[in-house]
Amino acid sequence: MQVNDTNKEFRPLIVAFCCNWCSYAGADLAGSSRLSYPADVKIIRVPCSCRVNPMFILRAFQRGADGVIIAGCHPGDCHYTSGNYFARRRMTLLFSMLDYLGIERERTRVEWISAAEGAKFSATMNEFAETISRLGENRRLEDLRCKE
Amino acid sequence: MQRINDDVLNKCRDLIENGTCDRVLAWEEGEFCYDVTPAVFTGDTLGKMIYDDFCAANQSKYLIDESHKEGRIAALLKPCDTYSFNQLLKENRIKRENVYVLGVPCDGKIDAEKARGLGIKGILGAEIDGDTVAFETIYGKKTCSKKDVLHEKCLSCKGKKHMIFDELTDPEKEPETAVPENGTSRFDGVSKLENMTAEERFRFWRGELSRCIRCNACRNVCPACSCRQCVFDNPASGVSSKANTNDFEENLYHIIRAFHVAGRCTDCGECTRVCPENIPLHLLNRKFIKDINELYGEYQAGYDTALDAPLTSYTKQDAEPGIVHERGVR
Ligand code: SF4
Ligand code: SF4
Repeated sequence: MQVNDTNKEFRPLIVAFCCNWCSYAGADLAGSSRLSYPADVKIIRVPCSCRVNPMFILRAFQRGADGVIIAGCHPGDCHYTSGNYFARRRMTLLFSMLDYLGIERERTRVEWISAAEGAKFSATMNEFAETISRLGENRRLEDLRCKE
Repeated sequence: MQRINDDVLNKCRDLIENGTCDRVLAWEEGEFCYDVTPAVFTGDTLGKMIYDDFCAANQSKYLIDESHKEGRIAALLKPCDTYSFNQLLKENRIKRENVYVLGVPCDGKIDAEKARGLGIKGILGAEIDGDTVAFETIYGKKTCSKKDVLHEKCLSCKGKKHMIFDELTDPEKEPETAVPENGTSRFDGVSKLENMTAEERFRFWRGELSRCIRCNACRNVCPACSCRQCVFDNPASGVSSKANTNDFEENLYHIIRAFHVAGRCTDCGECTRVCPENIPLHLLNRKFIKDINELYGEYQAGYDTALDAPLTSYTKQDAEPGIVHERGVR
């Protein structure tokens, strides 16, 4: 694992896939409650956490993301009844595979954040951004063609 | 050396003559005795049909197209091919009524490349005899131990029992249950990698995957990779070009390919067999199989079509993705 101590200026690029019904609304609530989270987190709204294709995650890394987080409704609360249960299995297997390939396991994460959990949204993103800053730039899944 | 058992050949001839089928899916000899290719035979060409210890290809995939043609085809399927056949049936890719499955026995298949590595060159023929293999070469007869020249997929065979068939050519050879060749050691390679540090794993895979030339052979041969259009065939998606600058393209391709076949891979071992760069692709697929077994209960695609597939089902008690982070930090 590479730990980036020297580059204090490093700002990570974090992609957060947030489900429309819970986590995206959670982000809204965080905003309207004036809770802050790092600007390094770029939110992409998806209809459901199970809309997140593994390809989206890898493409985010390819195009320069340093961390990817998927946020969805708590298990049992899915707007479509069962989407997040499927997502849970898929993401577990995908993360395990990334780990198996030697990609730092902290770079990916799944969190369940409801529309009422603005505080959890803000705390999670702050904490995730801090973890990624500590890990430094994503070098193991980068694609030089996509970098400036 | 005889390239097909008379009983099998006569059986196929009978099936055509009595109208059960109008063609047979088997193998055809190429330029050398060991480069055999799957081929379809009709009554007139049956004489060219072969099935011997070199015929390793998994035939099931060809039945997707063949079963949608007119008439009925007889297919010579080895035990491992029947897993893939079952899986394709489950996915509604094969028209069952148009296929007559002729289960053929298998003693493992010979990898001519491995034999050459042992110094056995100029191969004219070979036959498995118990634990040894007898080669006929331009330099005379040679023998070697069977386990040294079998394909990787045969060394980790799931068992010699056919999962599905209409008729067996050698019912006496058929075992009661599927007994894996080497017990549970099918996952040894995966465990070995899991026990390395992340840094070591990363270097291992970079070393392997960076050799990939993106010939797509692993995908094209795979019975699970039978989509009419593959994500990697769409030039507009920007994911189909080979990058010389780094290995990301190969990483992405292989992670996504393994993911797309997760829970559907029958571990037929074809991907590893055909890779011209000898990349151990089975280590990726078996990782998913092992994880599925550990997290969601034992499951082998192709074993029983009635079981729920692990990625299209769930339980409320499933582990959280964070389990990956908790499972022993290395
Ligand atoms: S991924 Fe490899 S082992 Fe699995 S079904 Fe496809 S070719 Fe066979
Ligand atoms: S068969 Fe081997 S070289 Fe060809 S695309 Fe697959 S892994 Fe790459």
